[in-house]
Amino acid sequence: MSTVRFLVNGEPTELDVPGMRRLLDVLREDLGLTGTKEGCGEGECGACTVLLDGDVVDACLVPICQVDGSIVRTVEGLARPSHAPGEAAQLDELQQAFLEFGGAQCGICTPGMLMAARAYLDAGGGPDEAAIREAIAGNLCRCTGYTKIIESIAAAAPPGEGPAA
Amino acid sequence: MSTVPPSAPAPLIVPADSIVPGRARGRGPLRREGPAKLTGEAKYADDLVFPGAWYGATVRSSEAHALLHGFDRDDAFEWSKVVFVTAADIPGDNIVSLISDDQPVLVPLGGEIQHHAEPLALIAAPDRATLRAAKAAVTPRTEPLPPVFDPVVSEHVFAHYEISSGDLEAGFAQAEIVLEGTYTVGHQEQLYIENNAMIAVPEENGGLTVYGSLQCPYYIHKAMKRALALDDIRTRVVQAETGGGFGGKEEYPSIIAIHAALLARACRKPVRMIYDRHEDISATTKRHPAVVTHRTAMRRDGTLLAQDIDVVMDGGAYCTLTPVVLSRGALHAGGPYRCPNVRIRSRATRTNTPPNGAFRGFGAPQTEFAAETHLNRLAEAAGISPLEIRRRNVYVLGDTTPTGQVLRHSVAGEEVLERAAEAAEFERMRERTADARVAGNSHGGPYRTGLARRAPGVGIALAWHGAGFTGSGEVKLASVAAVELTGDGRIEILTGSTEMGQGTKTIFPQLVADALGVAYEDVAIAPQDTAFVPDSGPTVASRTAMVVGGLLIKASQRLRSTVEEAMGGSFADSYRGYVRSHGPLRIDQRFEPYPDVEFDDETYRGDAYPAFGWAACVAHVDVDLDTGEVAVLDVVAADDVGKVIHPVLAEGQVEGGTLQAVGYATIEEMQVRDGRYVNDRLATYLIPTALDAPRITSILVEAPFPDAPHMAKGVGELPMDVGAPAVVAAIHDATGVWIHDLPATPEKLLAALHGPRPATAHPDVLDAAVDAPIDAGPDPRPDAPTDPLPLRGVQPDGDEPTGDSPSDAPWDGSSR
Repeated sequence: MSTVRFLVNGEPTELDVPGMRRLLDVLREDLGLTGTKEGCGEGECGACTVLLDGDVVDACLVPICQVDGSIVRTVEGLARPSHAPGEAAQLDELQQAFLEFGGAQCGICTPGMLMAARAYLDAGGGPDEAAIREAIAGNLCRCTGYTKIIESIAAAAPPGEGPAA
Repeated sequence: MSTVPPSAPAPLIVPADSIVPGRARGRGPLRREGPAKLTGEAKYADDLVFPGAWYGATVRSSEAHALLHGFDRDDAFEWSKVVFVTAADIPGDNIVSLISDDQPVLVPLGGEIQHHAEPLALIAAPDRATLRAAKAAVTPRTEPLPPVFDPVVSEHVFAHYEISSGDLEAGFAQAEIVLEGTYTVGHQEQLYIENNAMIAVPEENGGLTVYGSLQCPYYIHKAMKRALALDDIRTRVVQAETGGGFGGKEEYPSIIAIHAALLARACRKPVRMIYDRHEDISATTKRHPAVVTHRTAMRRDGTLLAQDIDVVMDGGAYCTLTPVVLSRGALHAGGPYRCPNVRIRSRATRTNTPPNGAFRGFGAPQTEFAAETHLNRLAEAAGISPLEIRRRNVYVLGDTTPTGQVLRHSVAGEEVLERAAEAAEFERMRERTADARVAGNSHGGPYRTGLARRAPGVGIALAWHGAGFTGSGEVKLASVAAVELTGDGRIEILTGSTEMGQGTKTIFPQLVADALGVAYEDVAIAPQDTAFVPDSGPTVASRTAMVVGGLLIKASQRLRSTVEEAMGGSFADSYRGYVRSHGPLRIDQRFEPYPDVEFDDETYRGDAYPAFGWAACVAHVDVDLDTGEVAVLDVVAADDVGKVIHPVLAEGQVEGGTLQAVGYATIEEMQVRDGRYVNDRLATYLIPTALDAPRITSILVEAPFPDAPHMAKGVGELPMDVGAPAVVAAIHDATGVWIHDLPATPEKLLAALHGPRPATAHPDVLDAAVDAPIDAGPDPRPDAPTDPLPLRGVQPDGDEPTGDSPSDAPWDGSSR
């Protein structure tokens, strides 16, 4: 057991856990953040994608000891929380675009897809199709053919500021 | 649950003629469960928490065929810490109830293991570490038996059908061209991103409830009752949010639910049976492999005279849904073409491989790949365009199919063909790829375009897909769906139809709101829980929108007229008052046969389906002649769905199905060795990524189905039928070789390219070339060893002498 301290979606978190416990299990089982999904457990599908200090990582491949002192962002941290009880959370512009453009079907790849897209947009990514394809190449989707995911991300991107293809 | 402000409520149903291909956004309401999926709040099976739950695992066979004598359990392990369940602990029948009673829940002692990864025993433990230790401490004691792996030689036949019309010999007697060919397709994994998962909870009344990832709650309900000897009340199946199905969660979840329930019964605690990816690929069902042989008689002008087709499907070790898969495969085997003399013989046999089952398309993608590839070869033999041969033979209104079905309505083969060909500029692209080949002849081999390493190609395919269940299936199902005006004044839909991404929870409220004249937001949908919802039939066969949607509209119409007659005002204005004065009202609507649709299951004559959907696809590929890799760059898909209910969701089905078909055509290869899947991980079984995926343009065509109140025919499976043959045709256009064995992997393509020189378009030599062994022969390219080309990554874009600037070349995908 070792003590790890990190920020999850802005919340300070301290846990005594085995150092090699997967970040994925810590999020899902110890912290109850089940929005992050497991699809393969070997870093192929990207369903467990989270942001670790802003970088896209597969949470199934990250031992929790490497997270000490870091900032973790998961899908639960995207929507702006409600200010009053009973009030609905406000989707961020990326989530809203996925909703309007049909970027989510079965939804199981969606949290990971959103986090990969979030990192892309946060890094200044624009609506360029090829760049978006590259940004989500580590995230498998079996429902959409990626078409509407790409459209959703492009719609959420600032217009015309994409990196050169 | 977080929500977003509702989208503009109107229009609920998109008006006719308002569909703009590829641009149908902002129409139709937002996905009902979308916000929950986008915020991570949606609960999939593995997200559900049951305090004190144990973890379950399955002890599986490592042999393809053997006798099970017993289990050696290591005495060093403390067995009292776990529960160990064998076939002897099954309270009911040791059968997974489906079509045939051949599949055991667990192989009994003294029984035969029929396939690798077959369930033999079950273990549950309070934590994962103990479970792993227990599993490692048990070894099945077995005696090997000789396995059968070849479906063609297997003598155990699950099902066979023969469909015939006209006079085959007379047809061949008139032939000006006769062409034969054999086409094979392998397994395909559904590869939903959420693995199979089921949690069983013991109830105080002695019953069992399962929560899981599933398509068909009542299939599981029926199977659980039988194996666990439970009644209706004490068996409950609840669908969790489901992360994709594609048929893979049609019948297989039944055995997982029974396993979890057996363990929960034994340890008296909730038991989580969550498959990991390796177990899911190793053990669960795949698309049926098939071998299809065509012998066709044709006039020189391309008119089909006779088709003699033989279909063999590999059912795997147990029957599962194989007879129905084979039936659909056989009924679609001729393709959507008029032909006066047809014989289709089909059989599905048993092999000692894991059972095959439902997967989007359900037998049709296999046989239609063969039919379309064969037709493309016929076009080549006759020296006419692949588009033209389809124009000359495609079914039109009033034509008769081989079962004797007269196509009386909703026939859109011509329309989807022309729309796809026009949008993709098929003939112009074909001329350009031909020019590119001619330009290349003086430099490299016959298909090497000058100095270019890559060869462009374009291909087309056309398909039909029977809407709803085959034959008398819908009549036998007698599905029920209900709309209820609840005591607290809400409108609620009650169906067993599941949401697995396709949009059930969005289109049902749309249809009901439209029929009742109320807002989309005012219609709720009840959870898919057998304690509350009726059996609406399985969520399969593209039948949900068409059949169950139709039931809901009829129920709504009855509800509306009852309320309006009682209250004298519009339903929207008076339904809350109706509840106050009359109390709640629930209308159950049972399926009524479509008029004049009759099928004889014995003779295979009559109306095989109430209607057909039609799909065409044009694919542009770019083949790397050095590596054999195929990049599918652009696909135009035109699909006739009868009536578009929600354009964004319908397009989503076309796009997703198209990519699954592209994967089927190119990279999705399940390798089987000694009855075991070799590449049983996501690191080794590949599906397309965003970089592999083509740009997909979908064109939604509406040829209304008049016997459904909303004219819809279903969409899910249509695109799966056309993608693979279009890609294979495009590979041929690029390289001159026909790949007749899916998938067209780089290995197969290189072997074909380096084998005997591909045939010219002369029927007498075609067979020899296509069916010749593909052993690597001498490299036909004289300058290959000293190829001066730089690597692909540093090659300037558009350098290929295709005769066009790269900007308007649709296959220029170098930036991807």
